Amino acid sequence: MNLTLKVWRQKTPDDKGRMVKYLVQDVSPDMSFLEMLDVLNERLILEGDDPIAFDHDCREGICGMCGMVINGVAHGEQRATTTCQLHMRHFEDGATVTIEPWRAAPFPVVKDLVVDRSAFDRIIQAGGFVSVPAGSAPDAHAVPVKKDDADAAFDAATCIGCGACVAACPNGSASLFTAAKITHLGLLPQGQPERDSRAKAMVDQMDLEGFGGCTNTGECTAVCPKGIPLDTIAQMNRDYLKA
Amino acid sequence: MNFTVGEPLIDTKAPEGPIEDRWDKRRFAAKLVNPANKRKLNVIVIGTGLAGGSAAATLGELGYNVTSFCYQDTPRRAHSIAAQGGINAAKNYRGDGDSVHRLFYDTVKGGDFRARESNVYRLAQVSANIIDQAVAQGVPFAREYGGLLDTRSFGGAQVSRTFYARGQTGQQLLLGAYQALERQIAAGTVAMHTRHEMLDLIVADGRARGVIVRDMVTGEIERHLADAVVLASGGYGNVFFLSTNAKGCNTTAIWRAHRRGAMFANPCYTQIHPTCIPVSGEYQSKLTLMSESLRNDGRVWVPLRKGDDRPAGDIPDDERDYYLERIYPAFGNLVPRDIASRAAKNVCDEGRGVGPGGLGVYLDFRDAIGRLGRDAVEQKYGNLFEMYERITGEDPYSQPMRIYPAVHYTMGGLWVDYDLQSTIPGLFVIGEANFSDHGANRLGASALMQGLADGYFVLPTTIGDYLADGPYGEVDEGAVAEAEIAVRGRIARLLSVNGTRTADSYHRELGKLMWDYCGMERTEESLRKALERIPELRAEFWQNVKVSGEADELNQALERAGRVADFFDLAELMCLDALHRTESCGGHFRAESQDADGEALRDDENFAYVAAWQFQPEGGPVLHKEKLDYDYVKMSQRSYK
Amino acid sequence: MAVTGAVLVLYLVAHVVGNLKIFYGAEAFNDYAHWLRHVGEPAVPARTVLTLVEVVLAVSVILHMWSAVTLTRRASKARPVKYAARRKTQASGYAVHTMRYGGVVILLFIIWHLLDLTFATVNPAGPAGLPYDRLVQGFAPERWPVTLFYVVALVMLGLHLRHGVWSAFQTLGLANGRSYRPLKIVAVGLSLVLVLGFLSVPVAIAIGVIK
Ligand SMILES: Cc1cc2nc3c(=O)[nH]c(=O)nc-3n(C[C@H](O)[C@H](O)[C@H](O)COP(=O)(O)OP(=O)(O)OC[C@H]3O[C@@H](n4cnc5c(N)ncnc54)[C@H](O)[C@@H]3O)c2cc1C
Ligand code: HEM
Ligand code: HEM
Ligand code: SF4
Ligand code: F3S
Ligand code: FES
Repeated sequence: MNLTLKVWRQKTPDDKGRMVKYLVQDVSPDMSFLEMLDVLNERLILEGDDPIAFDHDCREGICGMCGMVINGVAHGEQRATTTCQLHMRHFEDGATVTIEPWRAAPFPVVKDLVVDRSAFDRIIQAGGFVSVPAGSAPDAHAVPVKKDDADAAFDAATCIGCGACVAACPNGSASLFTAAKITHLGLLPQGQPERDSRAKAMVDQMDLEGFGGCTNTGECTAVCPKGIPLDTIAQMNRDYLKA
Repeated sequence: MNFTVGEPLIDTKAPEGPIEDRWDKRRFAAKLVNPANKRKLNVIVIGTGLAGGSAAATLGELGYNVTSFCYQDTPRRAHSIAAQGGINAAKNYRGDGDSVHRLFYDTVKGGDFRARESNVYRLAQVSANIIDQAVAQGVPFAREYGGLLDTRSFGGAQVSRTFYARGQTGQQLLLGAYQALERQIAAGTVAMHTRHEMLDLIVADGRARGVIVRDMVTGEIERHLADAVVLASGGYGNVFFLSTNAKGCNTTAIWRAHRRGAMFANPCYTQIHPTCIPVSGEYQSKLTLMSESLRNDGRVWVPLRKGDDRPAGDIPDDERDYYLERIYPAFGNLVPRDIASRAAKNVCDEGRGVGPGGLGVYLDFRDAIGRLGRDAVEQKYGNLFEMYERITGEDPYSQPMRIYPAVHYTMGGLWVDYDLQSTIPGLFVIGEANFSDHGANRLGASALMQGLADGYFVLPTTIGDYLADGPYGEVDEGAVAEAEIAVRGRIARLLSVNGTRTADSYHRELGKLMWDYCGMERTEESLRKALERIPELRAEFWQNVKVSGEADELNQALERAGRVADFFDLAELMCLDALHRTESCGGHFRAESQDADGEALRDDENFAYVAAWQFQPEGGPVLHKEKLDYDYVKMSQRSYK
Repeated sequence: MAVTGAVLVLYLVAHVVGNLKIFYGAEAFNDYAHWLRHVGEPAVPARTVLTLVEVVLAVSVILHMWSAVTLTRRASKARPVKYAARRKTQASGYAVHTMRYGGVVILLFIIWHLLDLTFATVNPAGPAGLPYDRLVQGFAPERWPVTLFYVVALVMLGLHLRHGVWSAFQTLGLANGRSYRPLKIVAVGLSLVLVLGFLSVPVAIAIGVIK
């Protein structure tokens, strides 16, 4: 199949940037979206052009490194799917595909489709952990954990830190990401001692980074590749108000 | 390529005495660092995977001044995140007869008697602490209704000792380490540099004293100095281009260290994982693993008859060959990886493979779904099934998965002693980047265990013994400048070739060559061919590669080209190692050395050693042999029948 | 936001109940309006309670607007660049995306409404008229544009609450996965009841059921 791509090109963080049109031919439906870009990039390199810079690593939907806004939707329209897991069989022959970077002030564009998501790390630094020096832990069976709690904590813990939630949120809020971590640790007995201070510190850091406030529009969950549910945000608000 | 044989290598740090006491003995003998001094001691850690992340966090916690690097945009994305199946630990929570000794035994045997007994025993001892540590950090392991931790069994073991978090164990463990690391970053004990790639090691006065890194955003070449350097840069499976590793996984960090004097041990030991999604086309950029845990409930088969192209569901049971269950009745579908992989290759070579090109076998859940119900199967493997469906567009609930072996893990790596120190004083190597614990084949769920054992428990103790004699003073400027100039020179050279092929296209060709000639099955002839072809291809690369863009910007074409260049050199050493080891063992199968049943035939008389290769600029590498002794596990022919 | 919104919602519930008294006839309604001003007497002077309610309302509206403006400004700071491709909403619900301009419409409505029925400066019955007359004359059939404006504003209000009520529970952390469905049903139900309740009065007058 053949496609027309409109891709955001921006050489440096200060560059103004623009959309550039490319034609790609003979795309196989079994290719992944990133493999389609690889093919285009190899061509660009041989033509002496700058290949389109994009982040990726695992290419199996777990590292959270990839991410682009495809036709206006973070990670593309297929639900619960990262960009690297998106396959070309979901596109129509002859279609025009618009590709843009995550857009949010706390995620400045580094180059082309690559953005700086270090704000997420700083949110975790603020309190997204349990303080336990290596070697000081009690036996793993010392505290049983209800299966339901463990499962719910796991569901929240599957967040891959990709940032799609921020990219999709009309307010540029990082609530879903932050809430996922607060919920994960807050549901486990091991996370209790620091629960209140964690919620407060992480939410404050989120605001400090310049993310917007949540007005519960739910766009974030809809694009989240791991389906992190909205109730994590309610949990975060609860913990935050309590703290 | 020629090589010479040098002096035998001896691990001077390995303690003597009863194996149970050796780690305690070493810990007690290790010098301690005065707490006030720790802040003055700088340690560089390359890599933030399970090994590097846990090490940096723990060293920071202990009070050292740590500088940490990774090539991704955040430490949480290290390739450990992709590990699916689980992590072993000798907890014996099930009371099914597990013990430190049994885990030790299984690992030595699984490694086909090519691992060190002392190291493996320590690994088994420490394994239990890892689970405690992870649980305390909030890692949400799978639990049973009673609230206790659940476990499952994995290839190569008859007890259920694998702890897991659905199909995302690596992710959850890495997030635990990452969170601990971020905590130290916030506390100021660890300075984190993301999007920085190590391109050379600084060795001054015979000690590792720092690294040269490239800021991958600005292209700036930076020098970072320290009293010790820890490499935790992961495995080099991407030498095959197609592997289950992340796209960025590379050999550059350890290869550069090798060129500076660190010996490279057992480079030819690669693990081919039996359950991966088969290749679908030329453009394919990587292969995806389907966790080994699937073999717990999935049954592997191919049609009995050659060229049977009926849909799987139409083939009646008596025309199916459940070949693993047939050949290995004791372990059945749970034989170790090397054995399962080769069996798959054999049935495909017989023309009984399924799917495009006949390169695939079925992994069938029909019976499991019948026995446990669809919900239970979904609960256990839901995310893996989903992943399969995404990639292939086929529904594994209604038709069997197609799988084929793919390169997955590299047992070889930089040589280290019992203290995890390489042959360069002050250079420590942990995780998949070293060679230490798995011998010629790694058991499933043991890499996570080793990475975390190294990072949380072993290295933080042993590195203290080295640092107690520090700080090591000013670093010789000449050595730093030399390394920096070398790095700049290489980058300039890559950019100046301006040829007609991309680095990726060379990488693809090299990978295919390695897979064909140094893959699942190796022969003297294939290896000689590879050794002839690799230098030619490398020469062509350096004359004809095209790297667009500039040095001083984010330049992904340049990053890849640098990595491919190092893969060429490594590939050559791998083939040489494979050629010199004329026996078969674990992941290294030499067609010339097999028994009547086609199983790997070891040659303990001549090859019970670690092959440690020393780099020489001219005249080929020098082989140093470290003899392996087995006092606690009797060497025997591995049998899973 | 959620707290002030909740206060406003509570007021609206009381208000709609009061309004419906008009169906009991002019007297009942006028008495009710009178009662509003004299409740609590003689313990407290006339209009104390009403003034209190008015103050709380005024403060709530102002705070509510202030938070809305702050949130909107933070949002536009956090998302300075728009996507080139038309954004398709991935979450369900149209109501969600009408909150801001819907709020503005409601604000305009409240201003008009106060001028119309409380101060009666724009009402044909004038400030001197009885509440009942103000209503009946205000929504007289020939004043259909006013009635239409009421209808539009009330529909916006309905949409605002359809999302707002549920959203407030979420913001206060009172919701969880299991309560989403019931809460959303409550939100829809409450907005419908309020809108229909409010609408019944002007519509009834406009079509001449109440004269
Ligand atoms: C798909 C898959 C599934 C697996 N499943 C399991 C399993 O179920 N159980 C199990 O036990 N094992 C499993 N393994 C193996 C296991 O995941 C790895 O062996 C292990 O995680 C390696 O950890 P590490 O810390 O050594 O390296 P990695 O996690 O690979 O980390 C390498 C780090 O080094 C950094 N780095 C690399 N090169 C450079 C450089 N030049 N400069 C700067 N930084 C650099 C990277 O940024 C990264 O942070 C699996 C592996 C794969 C590929
Ligand atoms: C003065 C005019 C008003 C404006 C400008 C306004 C604006 C807003 C905005 C911008 C939001 C939330 C953000 C969003 O979800 O997009 C909001 C939420 C809300 N509004 Fe209003 N509004 C107004 C009047 C009202 C009235 C009269 C009520 C109730 C009677 C009300 C009830 C609510 C509720 C309950 C919420 C949800 C709060 C939350 O999620 O925390 N609003 N309003
Ligand atoms: C069509 C439906 C409505 C009718 C018929 C109606 C009627 C009235 C009347 C008659 C009064 C004057 C009461 C008095 O001064 O005695 C009044 C006051 C008021 N109404 Fe409404 N109203 C309607 C809808 C609304 C809505 C939707 C809102 C808010 C969003 C609202 C907010 C107010 C306020 C704030 C006052 C002033 C209260 C005070 O002064 O104490 N009304 N309304
Ligand atoms: S919450 Fe979902 S969308 Fe947001 S970072 Fe995590 S995985 Fe990505
Ligand atoms: S999309 Fe944004 S508004 Fe809240 S519910 Fe999600 S963070
Ligand atoms: S590349 Fe890792 S999630 Fe897409």
